[in-house]
Amino acid sequence: MRVPPFERFYETHRDEIWAFLVRKLGRERAEDAFQETFLRALRAYPRLEHARHLRAWTYTIAGRVAIDELRRRRTEELPAEPATEDGRPGYAQIEHLAAELPPTERAAVVLRYAYDLDYDDIGTALGSTPEAARQAASAGVRRLRRKELA
Amino acid sequence: MTLPTLVDDRFRAAASSSGLLDVSYDVTESPLGRLFLAASERGLCRIVYDAEPEAEEERLARGFGARVLRAPRALDETRRELDDYFEGRRHAFELPVDLRVVGDFQRQVLGRLAEVPYGSVTTYGALAAESGRPRAARAVGGAMNRNPVPIVLPCHRVVGSDGRLVGYGGGLERKVALLRLEGVEL
Repeated sequence: MRVPPFERFYETHRDEIWAFLVRKLGRERAEDAFQETFLRALRAYPRLEHARHLRAWTYTIAGRVAIDELRRRRTEELPAEPATEDGRPGYAQIEHLAAELPPTERAAVVLRYAYDLDYDDIGTALGSTPEAARQAASAGVRRLRRKELA
Repeated sequence: MTLPTLVDDRFRAAASSSGLLDVSYDVTESPLGRLFLAASERGLCRIVYDAEPEAEEERLARGFGARVLRAPRALDETRRELDDYFEGRRHAFELPVDLRVVGDFQRQVLGRLAEVPYGSVTTYGALAAESGRPRAARAVGGAMNRNPVPIVLPCHRVVGSDGRLVGYGGGLERKVALLRLEGVEL
């Protein structure tokens, strides 16, 4: 069975591949991944010798694209070192201050003020809620102020 | 879940500029009805009146390769020149044409045909003679009938030796309309 014209192949599979990528990556990221999936398919299309398993083949490509995208996202989402005037990493500048805080307050203060994460992310990182993260950070800051005044 | 039109358009545009397509096509409206337009990297390769797109896709895939996709952007220039022609602003097409799937004799005849000026007519016999086969008027008729890019290669400008219109792949009324548009008195 000869491969169909690419338009037939694309029309047959585009909706389900779109749904698959939206489930894996979310609506916004799925757009680039969709384009990449079908461009890869287009590149490989002349090498296909028959039209059997076209659906499985397309899902394999989309799956690989989604994995690449998830890996890229993880790399991008690792907190960057905030730039500082003296070139030291941001956390190093407040580490000595935060060192004596209880562990949760210390983590909340460092993540908030050195890594600039929002409370949603800090809550996730600490395995608690955004509100608990906010409270831990402000408790830490209050404790640091008291120490400075003492 | 239906693919959003914008994402679909974006993919088609990216495919078109990727250089990976064997043929891009689009379907467009014209004063003569719906036209199926197709182009390869080398140039315009098909114009079809009243086309069934799926049948045309199959035909193009056999002739040029399976990477056939509707990619409207690739036909922008073709559409522009055709619009200008139908509005009387253009008398000659500048589009490159891709005749690689056409046989030698037909290509030679189409080459002569391309030189028949706007607003004039020639005969099947005259084209046969110019192509070096003076007795091949009937074969020239066949070549006109299989013209892959009517309008742009003007087979509507070819008539019988007695002045009768004879025939046209898109139907005689379209031949009449094209000749009238070009100011030919019938």
